[in-house]
Parts: sequence; structure tokens; C-alpha cells
Amino acid sequence: MKALIEGQTGTWEIVIGLEVHAQVSSESKLFSGASTAFGAKPNTQVSLIDAAMPGMLPVINQHCVRQAIKTGLGINATVNLKSVFDRKNYFYPDLPQGYQISQYKHPIIGEGTLTIVSEEGEKEIGIERIHLEQDAGKSMHDQHPSKSFIDLNRSGVALMEIVSKPDMRSAGEAAAYIRKLRSIMRYLGTCDGNMQEGSLRCDVNVSVRKIGEELGTRCEIKNVNSIRFVQQAIDYESRRQVELLETGDSIDQETRLFDASTGQTRSMRSKEEAHDYRYFPDPDLLPLEFSQNYVDEIKAELPELPDHKRDRFIAEFGLSAEDADTLVEEKATAEFYEELSNGRDKKLAANWVITELFGALNKSGIGLRESKVDAHNLGSLIDLISDGTISGRIAKDVFGEIFESGGSANSIVERKGLRQISDSGQLTDLIDAVLSENQDKVTEFREGKDKLFGFFVGQVMKRSQGQANPKLVNELLKEKLAG
Amino acid sequence: MSNILELNLADLQKAISDKHLSAKEITEAYLQAIEQNSQSNCFISITEEKAIQMAEESDKRIERGEGLALDGIPIGVKDLFCTSGVSTTAGSNMLSNFVPQYESTVTEQLWRDGAIMLGKCNMDEFAMGSANTTSYFGSVENPWTTRAKSEKKLVPGGSSGGSAAAVSGGLAVAATGSDTGGSIRQPASFCGIVGMKPTYGRCSRWGMVAFASSLDQAGPLTRTVRDAAILLKSMAGYDPKDSTSANVSVPNFELALNGDIRGLRVGVPREYKREGTPPEIENLWQKGIDILRKAGAVISDVSLPHTKYALPTYYIIAPAEASSNLARYDGVRYGLRAQQTELQDMYQRTRDEGFGDEVKRRILIGTYVLSAGYYDAYYLKAQRVRALIKQDFDNVFENVDVLLTPTAPSEAFAIGENDDDPIKMYLNDIFTVPTSLAGLPAISIPGSLSNKGLPLGLQVVGKMFDEESVLKVGDVLESGVEFTLQEVGKQ
Repeated sequence: MKALIEGQTGTWEIVIGLEVHAQVSSESKLFSGASTAFGAKPNTQVSLIDAAMPGMLPVINQHCVRQAIKTGLGINATVNLKSVFDRKNYFYPDLPQGYQISQYKHPIIGEGTLTIVSEEGEKEIGIERIHLEQDAGKSMHDQHPSKSFIDLNRSGVALMEIVSKPDMRSAGEAAAYIRKLRSIMRYLGTCDGNMQEGSLRCDVNVSVRKIGEELGTRCEIKNVNSIRFVQQAIDYESRRQVELLETGDSIDQETRLFDASTGQTRSMRSKEEAHDYRYFPDPDLLPLEFSQNYVDEIKAELPELPDHKRDRFIAEFGLSAEDADTLVEEKATAEFYEELSNGRDKKLAANWVITELFGALNKSGIGLRESKVDAHNLGSLIDLISDGTISGRIAKDVFGEIFESGGSANSIVERKGLRQISDSGQLTDLIDAVLSENQDKVTEFREGKDKLFGFFVGQVMKRSQGQANPKLVNELLKEKLAG
Repeated sequence: MSNILELNLADLQKAISDKHLSAKEITEAYLQAIEQNSQSNCFISITEEKAIQMAEESDKRIERGEGLALDGIPIGVKDLFCTSGVSTTAGSNMLSNFVPQYESTVTEQLWRDGAIMLGKCNMDEFAMGSANTTSYFGSVENPWTTRAKSEKKLVPGGSSGGSAAAVSGGLAVAATGSDTGGSIRQPASFCGIVGMKPTYGRCSRWGMVAFASSLDQAGPLTRTVRDAAILLKSMAGYDPKDSTSANVSVPNFELALNGDIRGLRVGVPREYKREGTPPEIENLWQKGIDILRKAGAVISDVSLPHTKYALPTYYIIAPAEASSNLARYDGVRYGLRAQQTELQDMYQRTRDEGFGDEVKRRILIGTYVLSAGYYDAYYLKAQRVRALIKQDFDNVFENVDVLLTPTAPSEAFAIGENDDDPIKMYLNDIFTVPTSLAGLPAISIPGSLSNKGLPLGLQVVGKMFDEESVLKVGDVLESGVEFTLQEVGKQ
């Protein structure tokens, strides 16, 4: 998946690093008891602390600390038993304190790794650090002709900033990285990964270089809020940089914005205009300290993570790597599959989930949770195939009906009389009728035109309205045609 | 019955429990004194109605036999403690219209114990000053101006100037203050009263307008050591809403005042003997040493080698924290807002009009020392020196129990005298700042009068959370020096 850019002067490699801002799944904010629920009326979830009233002090939310530790353990990272909260100072109307409480020199989580799967196979992406920080509020510029409005509901919500190493080489790898990270956090329950609601946002660092050369000057594209946009931004930005370099220009280290309507990035502020954030340790908070025991306790409670689940699906269920990857990406899918395949043919169950169910979900644009298909009704459909009650072909029709209207496979099969015909007498009658109607083709077949065998099978199936047992039809046809 | 205003807090407690005085009588006497002395400018706001109401509630409780420790005790509150429904200005134009909807932990605990709020005391703007001359609401007159028949009006010290002058002048029997680098102790010294800065973490900072978070600490200003012990008991205590508040139990400080300091080891730090210190201050210091020795204490000479770096260290760390703490005053949500159509203009005009010169100076210094390229040379170095200063104290406290020093390098000076010379003004804190940097408890006790007839204070410094030794030694000194406030409430 290495996406190289062929330029006038040679081949360019894209170098990508990502800073993912993941909202910590938590009822209350990082330093206050205010609610974090999405979609509330503006300024209804704001404590005195979030509004930075005089004399108010932050108190760390232990649950958020636990969530950060979990996330760190999920990417096999070092958990720092002592970390420090710093103040990042800048003025903005939706930043009530005039500073954001973040972690600068001593983050809670150190180096870790994450394995992504791309067309070239597996690749390890390094993670530099994860730190905890507060979100800012929201400025609304479209509510009044001459004023801006401020909504502080998000002010103080806990974020994890997850900083990767510059280890990605294509938009596809970046997308795979975000998906994998999101998947792990969903398994852990530490971030819901909902990009529409802003619980996962990305700053994308992009530079280009000739293969083997030093890293080029990077540009940071701020606040990209969908995986598709991340890919578009990387594609546009890398081509822009190559064009500049090939015409003898240099890249200015700057912060850029992605415009979703044009698919382009544009300059937001240059390095010279960059803020001096005057980071210093927040004197209102003591250093964050916990014991190795505390970390070990959390570690013992971790759920099975996607990589482990995938390996288990391959080793124990005999699934292909590709199918296992697909099934484990989303926690909900994996759980669905495990429930479905329990006591059933693992591969058959996998095929039904991946081909039929995913196909139908994609086509209709709904998610697994909203679908009428559940592990129970899909399971009984698979059982009907396995015990020969219906053919795979009929099963697809039944599935279509379940997907549209719900209901159990058994009752659909009974109501519509879709049971497979396995009675050899009944099948022989069907075959005889087909052969007598096609005497000329029978002669051709016997003269050596083997290909016509499929034609006879098709005709028999058609005459049985798809209900004939294909295996038996094959056997009986062979006997008849040989005779 | 003698003049109500001359009674100290412990006297009032007795008079109340003996039913000689009612809470309402006491409160009315104080409200009247405040009204008659409005020219002293000790109060930014007077909460007369609230005071009467609280006094009536006190009297009802006392009548029912359910009297609380501070029932009937009228106090002043430094105007940086947020008081619910009562204007809280921090001495600044920026908050001149600010009325909090919440009560600071310290004042909450005082009301819980029955204390009565007379009003909000004047102070240097955002607690930045040593003379109460940076207040947006004007200077405060030290009651010793009249007592010493000074030609010029004298400052009460700062930043808790209004609190100190009110307690000294008989406009409150006690008051809360806050001390960042000496803001309780220095005005106590200038006004001839007792002022105590407890150990950092002893009192909650929740609801106290922040100046420098790692240094700010609330404490009492009173007329006697016993009164300080009584008030501190109510002010102190662990508060889960303040992450820097210490989860340690609060002793009954009053019990420490048993006068027995036999064998107690008192250190006299040689670095505090500075050239240019007036002989009368040197004499007072010696007098203090003699009193303690006579009472059975063991006196020894000790060294705090990094003392000379304390003031510059303080004037890096405190402004650095202040520059960030005061960023919230941006005109967006509360307080002053200059009407401008552009955001940047609104910020600039709001902060220009809202802050006075001293506050601006410290924000500038603080912003500078935290800036990229200067951080290591200033802020980081200052933090390292702070650790060394703390280490100095840790070292000497292996061999002594308390330290004895002067509180301030001078007596009260005239209003306006040092205003154009910030460095000279900053030097007022030379003896108080090291303890603040180390987070240690310290008390200022009035010791004697200068040649001009103005009070001078002695400082006792103790180990972390050993307020009891500090109070005990302060009590012995108080008995020994025989200093009395003159003509309280008769200006």
C-alpha cells in the first residue's frame, strides 16, 4: 500500500504522522463533575470549574485516568506511574481559563505500538505517547449577524491525545491506523470513536521526501473529522508538496486546514505566527501518581483485543486471515459472529456474516445494531442449510426476507413451502421431464459435449423452483445420462 | 461592661457564654464603628443586613443552648474569598461588578461555626502589593496614623491591608486574610496585631480568587495569638475540592497555648541579619530571643544559606503563576467587559481598563519568564532554587523546632512612599517570602514600638503542619513583650 508519487525529478515517498484526539468515554469531565452527554442544549452542562469562575479549582476524574491507562495497555505501551499536568496558555473565547490543562513533558502513557493490516501485509506503527487533556468549548459564528456565541458544554471534556510516530507511508495506511486505533478503543470501552459527534478528531502531519533521504519539512493539517477526509487531505497535501519542491520552492512549516467542500488544504498560520503556549506545570494539581499494582489490576480486567481475537479465529476456527480481520475490526461484529458461530460451522457462519449480512448492510446503509437480523434468526437459517432443509440458494432468499421484515427462518420456510426436495422419486420425475423435453441436447451430450451437464442441472433446478437438492440432482442426472 | 470593641475574640466568647453580651449587641457595635470610621476605607463592601441576620441566628442558637464556637463573633473577610450573593472584587476594577453564586470553603466553615460577616475587606488588587495602595477601591489608612500622631497617612501594609487595619482599629474583632509572600504577616506587623499564615495545604483554596496557586494560603488576622488559634481551627481542614489541600486532621490549636516551651529549640537564622536593618528591629529581635530563653527555650544560631535568592525566586514564580491565573479575566463570561466589536480589541481594552499597573507589571513579568527561550533560565531555575530554599529549612529543622526572625524590614510607611519604586516595595517581603516558598507555617506577633511609635512584629516559623509549636511560641512571646493595642475603636 506504499503510495509513491512519480514526479518529474524522481519518486517521492509520503511520510505521515497522526495526532488523534479521542474523547474519553466518561460520564463526567476531566476535572469537574459536569456531564459529557452529547447533544444537550448549549451551556447546560457547565460547572463553575468549566466556566473558570474565580477561585475554582480542578480535581482529576479518576475514571478518566483509568481509561487512559487501559488505552495505553491496549497498545502495549509504557504506563508512566508519575505524570504531570501542565497549562497550555492561549486566549480564545471558548477557552474559559485562558489555558488548557494538558500534559506536556510527562505524559501518562509512553511509547507503544499498533499493528495495521494493509495490502502489503502487517505493519507496526509506533506510538510516541498518549496524554490526557481538556477539550475547549465551541464557538458558533453563524447564530447572529455581528456576534459569536459560545457553548461551553464541551469545555473540560476529557481527551486522549494519541501521537503516532511518522511511520505511515500512504493515505491507506493512515486510514488503517485510525480504524485500528478506534477498534482497540471500542473493544476497551475507552472511546466510542464516533467521528460525527467529534469524539475522534485527527491532526495529520504530512511531509514528502525522495526515498532514502532525510525527513522533509512537514505541514500539520488540523482537526480533520473523518477517515475519508484524512485520506483526501493526505492525497492533496502530498501532491501539493511534491509540486512545490519540483518547481524549486521549499515547504513552509505551517498549520493548514482541510476544506471538505474542495478537498484541498489551505494555510491557517505559519511557524512565525505559531503561539508561544508558555507551558508550565499546573500548580493547582499535584503530579498524577499511581502504583504498578493499580496498573496490574486494570491489566487483569482487559477484554480480549482484536489482534488476539483474530489469531484465535484463524487458529481455532480455521478462518482465513482476511475473514478474521474483517470479523474482528468492530467489537460489535466480532461479538455477533461469536454468538452466531457458537455450536455451528465456523466457516459457514463467517461466510454468511461477511458476504450476505455485510453485503446487505452496506447496500441499505444501516448498521448491525439497527438491522432486523440477529444471531438467533441468522443462526437458525444456517441450521436449515446444514441439515439440508433448504439449499444455499433458497437460503439467500430467506435471508433477504429476514433482512427486510425480520422473523424466523423456520416460519418463512414453512409459510412459503421452501423446503428442499430430497426425495429421489420426486427428483427422478423432474429429471425425466427435463430430459424428454431436450432430446436433441441429450444426444449432443452423449456425443461428447460434456458442458451441457450444467444446462440440465439448471433446468431441473428451475423446474423445481430452486427447491431441488442440488447434490442429489447431480447424482441422479449422472446416472440417467450415463444410461 | 467595658467597651465592646476592646474585647478580643476569646473575651467575646466568654461574654457571650456568660450572657453578658448578645451577638446582636456586639455586631451592632462593630457596624456602628465601621460606619463612623468609613474614612479608613477598610471595607470595600459592608454587609450590614446579612450581619444583623446572622447575629440574630446566633442569638437564637445561644438561647436554645446550641451555641457554636464562633457564634456572635463579627469578622471581616478579605475581598478575595468568594461569598455567595455578596460582591467579591479582589480589589480590582476587573471584578468590580462580580457577585459569586458560591461560597469559598474557608468562609463556609466560618459561617458553619457561627461567625458573623461584617463585610468584605479592602486589599491590594489581586493580592499584589505590600501597602494596600494598588487597590482599585483606594488606599487604607493604618489606625496607627492617629495613634502615633503621624503627619502623613500611613499604609496598613498589604495585601491584606483592609483586614489588618480593621482588626487593629476595632472595626472587626478578627478577619480572614491570604498570604502569598507575606500578605498576612507584613500587614499584621504594620498594624500591631497577630497574623498567621498556616502551612500550605492547611486551608482550602477553593473559592479564593487565585494570585499564585502554589503559594496562596488563607489565614487569620487577630488581636491575640489565642484568637488566631481559635479562628484557624474553623478555617482549616481538608477539602476534596482543592487538590493541593492536605488530608491531615485539624488539632485543637488552642490547647497548644500552655506556655511551656522548656527545652524547645529555637533557631535564629544568621542570614536574616541584614545590613541596613533599623537598630530598633534588631533590638526587638534580641528582646524576643531573651524572652524565649528566659522561658526555657534553647536558642541556637542557624544558617539558611539560600535566603538571599528567595526574593528573586518569588518574583519569578508568583508572577508566572499569576500571568496564567489571571488569563480568565477576559471579559467573555463575567466581570468587566469593554464594549468593542472586534475580539482582540475587546480583550485588550478589557484587560487594560480592568487591571491596575502593578497587576499588569506582574502579568508582564510572568509572561516573560514563561516564554519560549526564557523558561529554563527563569522559571525552571527559580523552581530549582525554590527546592534548595525548602531544603535549607528541612536541614535546620532537624536541629531546631521553630525559627525566630523579624517579620518586616521596616515599620509602616506613608501612603504613596514606595509606589514609584517596585523593588523597594518588594523588599517588604524579604523576611516572609522564604517561608512562603517552603510552604511553612509562620506567625507575626506585635513586639514593640519603633522610635516613631509604630508597631514592629516578630515572626515565628515552624515545621510543616506544626502550627501548634508556632502558636505556642507566639503565645509566650506575646506574654513577654507586653505590647497592647491602644484606643481600639476610638479614632
